[in-house]
Amino acid sequence: MSIDSIFVHKMWDDKELSKMVTGGIPFPMLSDAGGKVGTVYGIYDEVAGVETRGRFIIDPEGVVQGFEVLTPPVGRNVQESIRQIQAFQLVRDSKGTQATPSGWQPGKPTLKPGPDLVGKVWEVWKPDMAF
Amino acid sequence: MGEEMEIGCARPTGGPVGESVETDEKKVDKKIKEGPKMIKVGQKAPDFNAPAYQKGKFISIKLSEYLGKWVALCFYPGDFTFV
Repeated sequence: MSIDSIFVHKMWDDKELSKMVTGGIPFPMLSDAGGKVGTVYGIYDEVAGVETRGRFIIDPEGVVQGFEVLTPPVGRNVQESIRQIQAFQLVRDSKGTQATPSGWQPGKPTLKPGPDLVGKVWEVWKPDMAF
Repeated sequence: MGEEMEIGCARPTGGPVGESVETDEKKVDKKIKEGPKMIKVGQKAPDFNAPAYQKGKFISIKLSEYLGKWVALCFYPGDFTFV
């Protein structure tokens, strides 16, 4: 979503993005004229008149589970966004019985918070697992 | 004559030049003082309608139509802005 019109979105997809992604951008490119939605989400920069690089992960209940906001010159890490969604999905599927420690990747061990784990995380998780 | 501009990753914009009308200035001040309110994790994402372009078609998107699915909602400074 950006403040550009859907017509400009089409031109960008036709003229440039479709040369990077076969068939063009598969998902909807949303238009937010005047930054009205961006203002509600807190990422619209009124002085510059543009939306900053905000990314929100919203769960199936419509609840915001995470967000990240960057200034314009630095791009996102898409793989990290996917990893976070996978982690939130695992936590949700476990009905909150599992948690994912720092650096967790799919297939790696999770934590089972409870009385037995208090003060014992050091036994199952080491700092090198964060990287 | 127009001078050549330095182009960065933000969308180039302009604005009114010179002293602004007093009432307008007050309005802008108030807006900036209030500041953007960040939404909170663990709370409902504000619903919205927005026009969109997808695969050759102009469509209308409502966030709440995506209930039951995971959504990654991404904002960016502008089309053709490099990053």
